[in-house]
Amino acid sequence: MILTHASSAPFSLSVLLWLPLTLALLSAALPARLTGKVLAVASLLPLAVAVTFVANFNSSYPFPQFVTSQAWIPSLGIRYALAINGLNVSLVLLTTVLFTVSLAWSALREIDRPRLYYFWFGLAESAVLGAFLAQDLILFVAFFDLMLIPFYFLVGSWGSGERVRATIKMVIYTAVGSFLMLAAAVATGVIASGDHHTPLDFSFGVLQHLPVSRTDGEWLFLGFTLAFLVKMPVVPFHGWLADAYKSMPIPAVAVFSGVVAKVASYGFLAIVLPTFPQASHHFQVLLLIIALASILWATAMAFTTRDARLVIAYSSVAQMGFILLGIFSLRAPGDQGALLQMLNHGLVTAAAFFVVAAVAARAGGSERMDDMGGIAFRAPLLATLFLVVTFANLAMPGSSNFIGEFMILLGTFQSHLAIAVIATLGVVGASFYALRLFIGAMHNRVGGRVQSFELGRAEAIAIVPLCLIILVLAFYPQFGLSRSQASVKLAIAPAASASFRGSESRTLPLTYASLDAPLGWWSYAPLGAGLASLPGKPRRIYTYTTPPSQQGSKQ
Amino acid sequence: MIKNAHAMSALLIAAAHIRGPHIAWAELSPIVLIAAGALIVLLVGLAGSQMVRARVVPALAVVAIAGAMGTEIWRFTYAPQTIVAGALRIDDLALIADLVCAVAALAAVLLSLRARAPRDAGHGEFHALLLFSLMGMAVLVSAQDLITLFLGLELLSIPLYVLCAAEYRREGSLEAGLKYLIIGSVGSATLVYGLALIYGATGQTGFGGIARALATHASGGLLGDPLLLTGIALVVVGFAFKASVAPFHQWTPDVYEGAPTPITAFMATATKAAAIAVFLRFFDFAVTAEHVNWAPAVAALAAVTIIVGNVGALGQGSLKRLLGYSGVAQAGYMLTGLVVGTQLGVSATMFYVVAYLMMNLGAFAVIVHQERVSGSDRMADLAGLGRRSPPLAWSLTIAMLALAGIPGTIGFIGKVQLIHALVNGGYGWLAIVLVVGAMISLGYYLRVVAAVWMTPAEGHGAAAVSGAGAGPLAGTPLGGFAPIAGGSPEADAQAETDGAGAARAGVLERLDPDPELLLVAAVFAALTIVFGVVPGPVFQFVAHAGAVLVGLR
Repeated sequence: MILTHASSAPFSLSVLLWLPLTLALLSAALPARLTGKVLAVASLLPLAVAVTFVANFNSSYPFPQFVTSQAWIPSLGIRYALAINGLNVSLVLLTTVLFTVSLAWSALREIDRPRLYYFWFGLAESAVLGAFLAQDLILFVAFFDLMLIPFYFLVGSWGSGERVRATIKMVIYTAVGSFLMLAAAVATGVIASGDHHTPLDFSFGVLQHLPVSRTDGEWLFLGFTLAFLVKMPVVPFHGWLADAYKSMPIPAVAVFSGVVAKVASYGFLAIVLPTFPQASHHFQVLLLIIALASILWATAMAFTTRDARLVIAYSSVAQMGFILLGIFSLRAPGDQGALLQMLNHGLVTAAAFFVVAAVAARAGGSERMDDMGGIAFRAPLLATLFLVVTFANLAMPGSSNFIGEFMILLGTFQSHLAIAVIATLGVVGASFYALRLFIGAMHNRVGGRVQSFELGRAEAIAIVPLCLIILVLAFYPQFGLSRSQASVKLAIAPAASASFRGSESRTLPLTYASLDAPLGWWSYAPLGAGLASLPGKPRRIYTYTTPPSQQGSKQ
Repeated sequence: MIKNAHAMSALLIAAAHIRGPHIAWAELSPIVLIAAGALIVLLVGLAGSQMVRARVVPALAVVAIAGAMGTEIWRFTYAPQTIVAGALRIDDLALIADLVCAVAALAAVLLSLRARAPRDAGHGEFHALLLFSLMGMAVLVSAQDLITLFLGLELLSIPLYVLCAAEYRREGSLEAGLKYLIIGSVGSATLVYGLALIYGATGQTGFGGIARALATHASGGLLGDPLLLTGIALVVVGFAFKASVAPFHQWTPDVYEGAPTPITAFMATATKAAAIAVFLRFFDFAVTAEHVNWAPAVAALAAVTIIVGNVGALGQGSLKRLLGYSGVAQAGYMLTGLVVGTQLGVSATMFYVVAYLMMNLGAFAVIVHQERVSGSDRMADLAGLGRRSPPLAWSLTIAMLALAGIPGTIGFIGKVQLIHALVNGGYGWLAIVLVVGAMISLGYYLRVVAAVWMTPAEGHGAAAVSGAGAGPLAGTPLGGFAPIAGGSPEADAQAETDGAGAARAGVLERLDPDPELLLVAAVFAALTIVFGVVPGPVFQFVAHAGAVLVGLR
């Protein structure tokens, strides 16, 4: 397996991967009261490294870049292979941003047993980065499972309420999926190498060229899908969410909801669609319906719950539903929109959790909306930032979330019109619950226990940077789109062509014509301009071509 | 008198004419060393000086075990050989299992340095029995003949029956010994009956002969020959008793709980390793020709074991019982590697045996410490261990996460390797059972971790203690309870009757872990992590385990 370097960076990806854990271990050697502050400053280092990689990234090259690949367990054909491509480049950056912000938030607060706390944070960051960067199926599964452990401890030791029960519930729920995924991952490699008489190899790139048989593919697909659906989570698998999100400490829930959940949706794009294209097409409608169900159900939950934190939690379930919808539209705009939305939602949901914490601090520590109200009068800056987050969350036209949701719906319209029409209801619902939360907390009558005060340093340190990034993305959504375009096309090409070979082949020219000039009422003018300005937007029928460098290794 | 002398000389003349088998001393050296060590230890144990008994005896035992390990490593480089007229076979499979058992014995000696069991039973006897048991394991895992197999099994078991009851002033220990004796004897009887039937069916006692007889069997093999079928079924049951495979596992939690903890650690790791190794040799070599017929049955047994063990562990409050059930489940994982009947499966199983050794010994070291501190092994007593003794808390955490198969530990790699072997051998459904078992297991392993880190330590005084669910006598002033670490039997007995947890509060903070416990816990936790990240050396260690069983795919 040779992955051509498209561009180079001053250091190997291993540096980026292990830096957070190393820093956490080093700062654990410091006096306990310094640990957090030093680590928060030091965590700018992984952020800077990630920025270096993003700056050197070649957007037009769809294959893995900055490849690090070494044999890890030769007798099992497992490799330590890391790379960045268009799918994970923005998510890697998002991870380092959110962790830096969360560490800064924690550093300005009193934490019990700080060394352990920051150790788990460092391990979590390395594990999440590892899951995004891994280019080997087993390595991915290892990091995917490993991610769980820091959060198990963060919830169980520093959480609130029924923390131990919540954390065990969370781990068992997610382990159900991820252990099945382990079996499926091993089976994928073994079956592929058995069917094609090649040596055992788990690299993404190799497995994508060794298709398994139809029936095997469907079972393996379900193994992976279950793991990812539980982790995202979407509706029938979300039982752990409310308890876990409610018990998690705020910095942990910000990164968990912001990036850990994204690993699952990233897994669909990076692993499931390219490796099991036929099965993806086969189960497309099922997944779309699951996505739809979670959009509608979570929206309904978000506007009935009275708990501010749960409003954000359920809104993130709805957003994950949109992301799943976009992914399984199996159309380039849908999948690109899904990837953009992962980035947007990661930023917005993390910011929203920090805002909720800030609001709760003004409402006598209560996160119930009944205890809030009228906070804006004495905290106009906080209210402004909250409004930015709220508008982004409800996908206000002009925000990057709007572009994301629009592209997702565009892709879904092209593949399944009826589902897209129903999903639009979710967009409407989002504005309802997001505004309800904002108005209920910030305006209305002043709540009984409310003692409002302006945004403090300890809060601004997390909320302000996130809001700035949200604003920047609103003006410059191409940041996410342009880098992902080439890789997304490559990732969905087999699945998309599998679906074209099916019943829809006759509508094909029409479908793609519609990409250039969106049809009918949804050719919304400002957005039309926005879309038209996207560089290299999809214009032709994708044909799945094997990259030249890989033909040699296929034999 | 004269008659006797005549008979004697006749015997001597006859003896001179019998050509005994060639004894390959080099290959036998580990067994010889252990046997010599056992005898010396027994004699030194008779010394009058308390110092000699308490210090020199364990040191001699360590020397004997280390010597045996040295010779085992030395033999590793040699080609496999069948020695003593086909009775034993020294190959990679045997040597790996030998080494695993020796490491477990070494840990058991260290864990029992300050324990009560050797004082009660007498240091010489205790260590000699341990060494004899180890010798039985060495014979068992290299047995190449039905007779040697049974000999090894009994040599392994009988000292263990005694060792389980070593703390003979404690009711639980006696009960464990008796239970193990009765159930173990049933297992042995079943096994010997099975061996006899197999001999009857094939006319051979050597494994090679049996394999040849089965390969050329005219009457339709296993299913066509009720004698053979019954024989193999009984052998499965006999082995299943030893390896604590469900549904023959019921003795495991009881015996594990009652036996002195160092002995529990030894049984849990070494006995299991030896039983699994002999399982492999018998099924994947002697009767491998009938693989298609026995594999589904063993697969069902493995599946049942995984589920029963994991579900059984869920509700346990005692750590030793929990590890007992977890051991049942882990035996099920190891059996899956046997089922597929491939070289890959054998290697995967032996990898898991090595992993299981590392994962368990660390946990048992912590339990020994916990028992010395609090007088019981209840999970609730672990509360606050994370603050009291971080190294032990980390060791236990790592052990539990590894047993659950979390990445970054050797348990993860072991499971990946087993799943690989299963999918490769066409037993994909068993791989699913394995991961389902692993999921269930998180339910109890994580409870232990939660008890260590997430439950605050109980405060001082009776109120806090009764909150932890102490017995009816909670709050009884037991100021002089400290001897539990130094060990007066009466105090221990009192702790038993007082419903365990009563007098912990005052003692907790004062006791630092004993250095040897810290050593065992830290070493095995470190190995669990190191080999979980860099598993290459372990893979090389077990690489040829499968290749030595000729006739395997």
